[in-house]
Amino acid sequence: MQPVIDEFTHAIRLSAENRAPLLIRGGGSKDFYGNLGGATGRTGESILETGVYSGTVDYEPTELVVTVRAGTRLADLERELNGCHQMLSFEPPHFSSNTTIGGCVAAGLSGPRRASAGAVRDFVLGVRMLDGKGEDLSFGGQVMKNVAGYDISRLLAGSMGTLGLLLEISLKVMPMPARELTLRMEMDEAEAIEKMNSWAAKPLPVSATCFHGGELTFRLSGAEPAVRAARERLGGEEVMDGTAFWESVREQTHPFFQSGMPLWRLSVKPTTWPLFLPGKQFMEWGGALRWFASEADAPAIRVAAEKAGGHATLFRRNGPSHQADAFHPLPPAMLKIHRRLKEQFDPYHIFNPGRMYAEI
Amino acid sequence: MSSTALVASLRAFLPAEAVLYEAEDLRPYECDGLSAYRQTPLIVALPGTEEEVLRILKVCHAAKTPVVARGAGTGLSGGALPHAHGVLLSLARLKSILEIDPAARTARVQPGVRNLAISEAAMPYGLYYAPDPSSQIACSIGGNVAENSGGVHCLKYGLTVHNILKLRVITIEGEILQIGSDGLDAPGYDLLALMTGSEGMLGIVTEVTVKLIPRPEKAEVVMAAFDDIRKAGDAVANVIAAGIIPAGMEMMDRITTHAVEEFVHAGYNLEAAAILLCESDGTAEEVSEEIRRIDEIMESSGAMEIRASSSEVERLRFWAGRKAAFPAAGRVSPDYYCMDGTIPRSKLSQVLSGIEALSQKYGLRCMNVFHAGDGNLHPLILYDASKPGELELTEEFGEKILHMCVQAGGTITGEHGVGVEKINQMCAQFRPGELEMFHGVKAAFDPEGLLNPGKAVPTLRRCAEHGAMHVRRGEEKFPELPRF
Repeated sequence: MQPVIDEFTHAIRLSAENRAPLLIRGGGSKDFYGNLGGATGRTGESILETGVYSGTVDYEPTELVVTVRAGTRLADLERELNGCHQMLSFEPPHFSSNTTIGGCVAAGLSGPRRASAGAVRDFVLGVRMLDGKGEDLSFGGQVMKNVAGYDISRLLAGSMGTLGLLLEISLKVMPMPARELTLRMEMDEAEAIEKMNSWAAKPLPVSATCFHGGELTFRLSGAEPAVRAARERLGGEEVMDGTAFWESVREQTHPFFQSGMPLWRLSVKPTTWPLFLPGKQFMEWGGALRWFASEADAPAIRVAAEKAGGHATLFRRNGPSHQADAFHPLPPAMLKIHRRLKEQFDPYHIFNPGRMYAEI
Repeated sequence: MSSTALVASLRAFLPAEAVLYEAEDLRPYECDGLSAYRQTPLIVALPGTEEEVLRILKVCHAAKTPVVARGAGTGLSGGALPHAHGVLLSLARLKSILEIDPAARTARVQPGVRNLAISEAAMPYGLYYAPDPSSQIACSIGGNVAENSGGVHCLKYGLTVHNILKLRVITIEGEILQIGSDGLDAPGYDLLALMTGSEGMLGIVTEVTVKLIPRPEKAEVVMAAFDDIRKAGDAVANVIAAGIIPAGMEMMDRITTHAVEEFVHAGYNLEAAAILLCESDGTAEEVSEEIRRIDEIMESSGAMEIRASSSEVERLRFWAGRKAAFPAAGRVSPDYYCMDGTIPRSKLSQVLSGIEALSQKYGLRCMNVFHAGDGNLHPLILYDASKPGELELTEEFGEKILHMCVQAGGTITGEHGVGVEKINQMCAQFRPGELEMFHGVKAAFDPEGLLNPGKAVPTLRRCAEHGAMHVRRGEEKFPELPRF
């Protein structure tokens, strides 16, 4: 595999010499995500496809750790883990069959199990990467506990490829629950918010929640007796095609996501009262994640998210007319740190410039 | 700036008792939990508000004076060792629990709040703060953030980085950063992860919002004894392979069980080569099912004795032995040196045999306690500091152990941090380009290098002078590294 890395290094050095953008692309499943659709239109811009650097480097189920090349398809990785009854418990979305684990970590998106299990970054243990000078660097490792050096591996999760090219990633994996059961009950939004939060304060095996259209859908995961006991305690009607339902939430194939309107992602304090924004809403993560299909102005949405202790992302523009920045603006002091970090990792500003923020 | 002038600038806004500079007042701050290293600071500043922290940093920044932050001073790697020409910034007076939000399951606290105090305050709501380092009665949450502290339950519940939501941080340039959010993520780079475990090198934390989680209904522990340490290691792997994530899984070797049994009377099997404690927590249904399965696995893994705790009293007694391991080392030996490497679990017997061989070679006994669930190994080297040369031998022994951990694919520090103690071993784990990137990250927050200088990340020059070879995973040493 070294020749592939040498090619990557060469491409990086060439772009660095020419001060030309180098767009890192895994499976292209999230081309829609971030600013500019990824492209900058600057001269000399080229695309670095990571799919050629794929395959598992090391997987030892009893260590709960897998090390995988960044260009590996997420579906292939999940199949391998599945064979040992293990999983990526942050349930990352695929959005396409080509999606890679590198893109998944770089975008930092997690699925329905996030509120109970943790996010992508919580499972990243180590990375091997190429920085903006083409240097081959490794941070973190293959063990759960490691405090040697700054946590650069986790810093790269969600950095949208603006700091470096991920080569290999070590992830903590978890056993698949013995039993899963999806239940549903009708209620209004305020009651749903109250219920989800009060459940989270009790030792219950609730692994996913979703509120939409007057229905609270939730999933129980764990040992058979624990799931059975929780079902008796919480009530609700069993949803027969539960797996398919959570799949539609995770992959955004649920009808809510097909409205054609701009899709906003509001990450807020979970106890936030119902947000009255124009458009339709879909709630996940125990109330901490609220999707809005809305034509409202970006500033109005962003103010609402800030008041709720969080932030708003323009997740899908669904039309070229929407000019707002994808990500919530940063305060000046934070932006300064971001610019300086970018300078250290990518001094020639070649990696995905502007995809996250104009300044980085 | 002279020390007199610095004292005067600080006294301009701090009360007299919050600025210490007389030798006898400085003495209590000369070391943290790693007492082998001692240094009195120029001045100790004890701010009582965030505003005071900000002003102290501005004064020090203007005067180009180093600042070393200190929480409860329980750290084991010398991270809070003062700087001879610097200000030691004690955050101990910032000890208010600002808010407990039981509905959102969060606590907003100042950095000097003790770890255990958070769980105590959350108790009435059936909630607690999960990371439980062994020093949790004394250690502060600010220090936990600086070190990314773990505890015996972190395989299941995570480290500090997994259990905090938001930080307020003041940079040495006097800017306030709000890192994280009240939601589950924040825009931009994950500075929350970067700050956690940064050993006071990047900024001063003035407020921490932690996650609180529901207290488990029930906990039970299985104690299993093995006549061979390899069997115990296999039993750990078998538990994981069965899809069980125990709340805690700890191993002790024979020398340890003998040392603790003598005064704790935990009821450990003294014939055993290794004792395994495996805890299950959760709802009553979950626990009884899991304990039954753990029992079966221990049996099929060849345990010579298996006992499940039948009451809370017995559970605590089983744990008391493990928790007494460090004090026990202090009883059977005048001094002990605690190491903190992490290894892939599958390399356990290999590394333990290596430690045994080194123990013979150096003529020093070594007790091994092991967070078996997450691979974090704490060899306790027993020595006598009053014997000339024995401390140096001990340090050499320790360094060899850490190199062995790196070679096995692990790390030189799982949870105690690098501080001053393991700074030379960083040269063994990281290559020059990686160390330079760490310096780059530091410079992004603290371009003049005033926060905790000389800790956590060695200069390339230091690595060359120490002569430490990069030992990672059987790779060759580095030709580009200059050696003197």
